[in-house]
Amino acid sequence: METLVACLAGFLVSMAIWLMLSGNLMRFLFGLLLLSNGVNLAILAAGRLTPGAPPLLGTSGALPPDTMANALPQALLLTAIVIGFGLFAFALALTIRAYRSFGHLEVDRMRSAEPAEDS
Amino acid sequence: MLDGASDGAGRMLGYAASILAALILVSMALMVPAVVDGRPVLFALDWAPSLGISLAFMVDGLSLIFGLLISGIGSLIFLYATGYMGDHPQFGRFVLFLFAFMVSMLGLVLARDLITLFLFWELTSITSYLLIGFDHDNPRARRNALQAMLVTAGGGLALLAGFILIGTAAGGYDLAQILAGPGLQDSNLYGAILVLVLLGAFTKSAQFPFHFWLPNAMAAPTPVSAYLHSATMVKAGVYLLARLHPALGGTIAWSMALTTAGAVTAVLASVLAMRQGDLKQALAYTTLMALGTITMLLAGAHPYALTAAVTFLIIHSLYKASLFMVVGAVDHGTGTRDVGQLGGLGRAMPLTALAAVLACASMAGLPPMIGWIGKELIYAGAETMTAAPFVAAAAVAANALMFAVAGIIALRPFFGAPVATPHPPHEAPWQMLAGPVILALGGLVVGVLAQPLLGSVVGSALTGSLLQDRAAGLHLWAGFNRAFVLSLLTFTLGVMLYLMRDRFAALVDPVLRRLPSLDDGWDRLLDGLRVLAAWQTRVLQTGRLTAYLMAVFAVVALALGLTIIRTRPEIAMELPRSAFLWLTAIFTAAGAVLALNTHSRIAAIAGIGTVGIGVAVIFIYAGAPDVATTQLMVETLSAVMFAIAALRLPGITERRSPRRQMAHGVVALTTGLCVTAIILSVTASPLDRSITSYFEENSYALAHGLNIVNVVLVDFRAFDTFGELIVVLLASFGAYAVLKRKRRAGP
Repeated sequence: METLVACLAGFLVSMAIWLMLSGNLMRFLFGLLLLSNGVNLAILAAGRLTPGAPPLLGTSGALPPDTMANALPQALLLTAIVIGFGLFAFALALTIRAYRSFGHLEVDRMRSAEPAEDS
Repeated sequence: MLDGASDGAGRMLGYAASILAALILVSMALMVPAVVDGRPVLFALDWAPSLGISLAFMVDGLSLIFGLLISGIGSLIFLYATGYMGDHPQFGRFVLFLFAFMVSMLGLVLARDLITLFLFWELTSITSYLLIGFDHDNPRARRNALQAMLVTAGGGLALLAGFILIGTAAGGYDLAQILAGPGLQDSNLYGAILVLVLLGAFTKSAQFPFHFWLPNAMAAPTPVSAYLHSATMVKAGVYLLARLHPALGGTIAWSMALTTAGAVTAVLASVLAMRQGDLKQALAYTTLMALGTITMLLAGAHPYALTAAVTFLIIHSLYKASLFMVVGAVDHGTGTRDVGQLGGLGRAMPLTALAAVLACASMAGLPPMIGWIGKELIYAGAETMTAAPFVAAAAVAANALMFAVAGIIALRPFFGAPVATPHPPHEAPWQMLAGPVILALGGLVVGVLAQPLLGSVVGSALTGSLLQDRAAGLHLWAGFNRAFVLSLLTFTLGVMLYLMRDRFAALVDPVLRRLPSLDDGWDRLLDGLRVLAAWQTRVLQTGRLTAYLMAVFAVVALALGLTIIRTRPEIAMELPRSAFLWLTAIFTAAGAVLALNTHSRIAAIAGIGTVGIGVAVIFIYAGAPDVATTQLMVETLSAVMFAIAALRLPGITERRSPRRQMAHGVVALTTGLCVTAIILSVTASPLDRSITSYFEENSYALAHGLNIVNVVLVDFRAFDTFGELIVVLLASFGAYAVLKRKRRAGP
């Protein structure tokens, strides 16, 4: 079943890159969110999928008889999701700001740092 | 500050530098007895011990000869420069550059560590750039200075690579150890070392085909030319060849390369020297001839050839420095150095004429000058070499031409009927006469007393530095031998060439004009480089952000793809039977496709939200309720924020051309496929659960928590979580700062 998640992750990454390359800041943000989801799925799959069985201990720390889901990728994922959200929120703020400054969202027309040469 | 100094202060500076150089000469001279006894003077200071590099110096026979020449001639040059241009407004700067150059040159010849040597090698390139371009208002001077620096520094880069290879092959950069070792001729790096070192030496010593920069470097003030092109700068390459001779010499490749380059340079340069009207240019070409001859002799491995090389090096330094200074004095006294506009100066400038005649006699190789001994030694040495007839023929041709050029320089300006010069000729001041006269007389004195004065030092260079068993003696009369016959032949040819100089020039001129030289293409080469730089900047730094992003993703795709193709990892393919999982995956993928549409932003945002929820469902399915909860909250928040933002942002359209869409699609699909393939190969390899097991076993024992994920976050990896909090906090501060509207002043 990791196979399906792997395919889904790859699909999300493809869509994300397509959107990020589109040259529109809003679509770039869509891509950013998809990318973060795709990568999160990749982390999950790399730690193996164990249906059910969340990593919870029994009373006084007894290990349950069956194998639990891998706790390590879950901890990493929690951090990744929150950081990804922070990144998204800041990027969204920048996008709004860019629109206020330039009046459009076309990144290729934002050339304050590298003005086009007059040729 | 120095530039503002009054004339008097500038001159004082020149004298001070001259005295300082003389003191260096004395201290070098004091080392002569020890070096001659076979006890080189060593000095070392750790510099970068972890890299095996030390600031190490050594005075042995070869270094000592160079050191004496550099400091001795340097002292006279400072004196000369004070007379020549002491009233120049920037004379202080000039003295500084020249002194820095002298110190770099001394460091170069005294260095015992290859990296130290390289450092000083490059310093001479940089300081000579400043000196050649000293007349910086003149674009020609700037251009030629840059050319000299680019050629020699470019060779220097090759040299650095060669030195590092030598260090690898010999196990260290210590020259004393490398030379005492078995030599590198059998190393499997020898070929590369030889090519790189020769590139460095040939560019520095202006050997064919890199000879073009040296005559151009005559744009420098005359004292600089007198110094750089007699005993110093251009001799650095020759010094290096001699220095590394024991470690690299003696092979067929060495012998062939040096013989060919040296012979071609020597003959070509002496032919070119014949047709120069400008005395200084003529001298520049004779310098090339001398360097070519020394290079050619260093191809040999017999004590005779090497003695000839070392001796000729001393001789050339003496007469060439003297002649350059003479030409400067003539220029100073008459206002021209065009040989066609000069004549009969001997009466007005007797001391200059004396120096010119003596120095030219040495250059022509007439007895009893030291030049005679040098020429005899060259012929004796040529006999010992592999390609003896070729070397001897080249040497005779070059020497005969040299004889004729010496005749032109010594006779035409100073004798015959006086010619009207731009201003009436007058003798130069004493500062400008001391150098040429002392050096020219020196050529006579060491000629007469060659063996007692030079024998022991040349001997120690031969036995101590070049590791020969003996040196050839320096005698005015070595008997009636083949060398003597060749000398007579040289004189005969030389006299003929002098007498028929005009016809000779007319004969060779059409041929020489057609010879290609790198100098012709030099400016085009530099322009081409500039165009190339501008082109690659335009192509790589388009200023379009999507192009940069495309480059990043393309590199990622390429790196991942190549790794997968190269390693061909095992891939686990096992599709699940759970219909629930299939449905969730299709639901998620459909959301992603919805996010691609451009018609409705709200639909796209809904698509993104769908993906987020689908991923959350997968988290729940995989036994990760905490992650799923967080995911749901974050996705909800994101969707809400997006929707609010969308109210303030314009609609979206697809603006990419179909071709660009194609390219982007290829990169996006490739990267996605690579990600899938890598996850599949990861899941095919066995899982290491040791960290997870540690958490499972210890989360209750150490942290009293039953929810392992929570314990990991707030306990085992608490600092990570803390850092994460800070990131989110900073992001919110940043977003606030970005979105805060500036209060506008006025209406």
